[in-house]
Amino acid sequence: MKIRIGRLFIITGISSLSLALLFGVLAAVQFIFPDFIPEIAFYKARPLHVSLAVSWIFSIGIGAVYNYLEEKEIIRFQFAGFIHWIIYVVTGIFIIVSYLKGTFGGREYWEFPPVLSIPILISWLFFGLVFFSSVIKIKNWPVYLWMWSTGIVIFFVTFLEANSWIFDYFSNSVVRELTIQWKSYGSLVGSWNMLVYGAGLYVMEKISGEDSYAKSGIAFVLYFVGLTNLFFNWAHHIYAVPASPWIGNIAYVISMTELFIIGRIIWKWKGTLTTAQKFHHKHPYLFLLASDIWVFLNLALAILISVPAINVYTHGTHVTVAHAMGSTIGINSMILVAFILHHFSWRKSWWIIIPYWIINISLLCFWIALIGSGILKGVAVVEGTSSFQEIMISIEPILKFFMYSGAFLALGFLILLFHLLFEFLQDFPENIFGKTE
Amino acid sequence: MGLSVKRIVFFTLVTAYLFYTSFVYTEGTITEYPITGDAIEGRQLFRDKNCIACHQLYGLGGYMGPDLTNVMSIKGEVYVRAFLENGTQKMPDFSLEEKEVKNLIAYLTYVDSTSLYPTRNFELTWYGTVNSNPIKK
Repeated sequence: MKIRIGRLFIITGISSLSLALLFGVLAAVQFIFPDFIPEIAFYKARPLHVSLAVSWIFSIGIGAVYNYLEEKEIIRFQFAGFIHWIIYVVTGIFIIVSYLKGTFGGREYWEFPPVLSIPILISWLFFGLVFFSSVIKIKNWPVYLWMWSTGIVIFFVTFLEANSWIFDYFSNSVVRELTIQWKSYGSLVGSWNMLVYGAGLYVMEKISGEDSYAKSGIAFVLYFVGLTNLFFNWAHHIYAVPASPWIGNIAYVISMTELFIIGRIIWKWKGTLTTAQKFHHKHPYLFLLASDIWVFLNLALAILISVPAINVYTHGTHVTVAHAMGSTIGINSMILVAFILHHFSWRKSWWIIIPYWIINISLLCFWIALIGSGILKGVAVVEGTSSFQEIMISIEPILKFFMYSGAFLALGFLILLFHLLFEFLQDFPENIFGKTE
Repeated sequence: MGLSVKRIVFFTLVTAYLFYTSFVYTEGTITEYPITGDAIEGRQLFRDKNCIACHQLYGLGGYMGPDLTNVMSIKGEVYVRAFLENGTQKMPDFSLEEKEVKNLIAYLTYVDSTSLYPTRNFELTWYGTVNSNPIKK
């Protein structure tokens, strides 16, 4: 019996996102009505939402890599991959339970007790073993193999770095602690982007039937621009932290290299539209096209908030949330849904088209609401004439709009996810465990 | 792009990253204000109660509650103590003991001593940077 590990991760990812959406809506409602379901108060709901959303991205990103190895029939040490999945799921359950019980490590984004980082790191070693032993003999790697290799190695390094705070040397000063925390987070996001963008390129290659792009010079130039930003562009999050000014200056200069990517998107826009017409009947391509538009919007926002003169107003406001949510939902999630749709060759269905539009329109409202409330808050904070409570009351109408658009966004995703799960379960268990004799 | 070019670019970037990381770990984050005494206990409590889910330090954290970087010097101990001991509509009452309240106040006092946030009274340059002189106490 051959277990399809890629599909196990895909199901895990779909389940994670379903739960992440429910906790996200709960947290958004609690932002306006703090007494709503006090047993899972905001300080529990937020980490549940964030960790499950991160699990969605990693699960599908990892699933895409395993799926590639399985599709090409080059996978080695498959049992190690199965152990990877088991550890991943069991650790995830422990993390959810620790949040519900109110047992925290207290680090933003990785808020579980640090001891749970150990199985995550061990599971990643199994992933690395399977991946590198499987691809080592392939000649002339396409760019997505470079991206996946980078993502796997960099995640391991930056996740170790994210846990460095357990040593006094790294946490005996709040300046060093915050700087290294955000250094690791910035690069860690870069590592999952490598997995996700690699999956997107692989899907695009399969849709178009054209494999020259993934080996072209421009694909590698863009990869190296991405890698440079992964290494050096994290510090726009910490301009306000009193570390060496060099750290902020380097991030500012490096972040401007992203102008090259945005310029290329504009330059290639007409070609993208032509391709869109050619493949518009294919659901995965619709989601890839949406991700292209969100790349443009979020890259523009990222470049703007990397300029210190703008960042001084937007830092610590909902503009940062717009940047994070816009990227994880608009870019990452669109690519990941495209991968899932492509992988399973879904039939043309209104159960995909309708949520597609609900998701994109509500995400645009959600994104604009966050930017609007963030700008108002940022200007008021810098002026220093209003108290925190006064500022929050003044932006409450926009936050309510954010809450409602978030609820529609979750609805769109849930319709899509339940449709995917329903279709998937029709062929279960053969589609994961193979046909039994 | 040939394999050797790819390798050269890749290893150049990795080497630069390693040097940069060593700078960030050492001189880039030297501080005159290491944490000591009760503040260490307070920091642990700040983590255990997951305060960062709702509050911010230097603008980093959640948005439910206010930034706490300079809350001690701006609002004072009595104000902060009232929140810690009773909670609010938005902040849970964690039923903290007197020693825990004291430790948390020590931690917030320590954070307050490191610099000022948000940045105010600054000048913008034509190339997009910010000139400001936060006064460390």
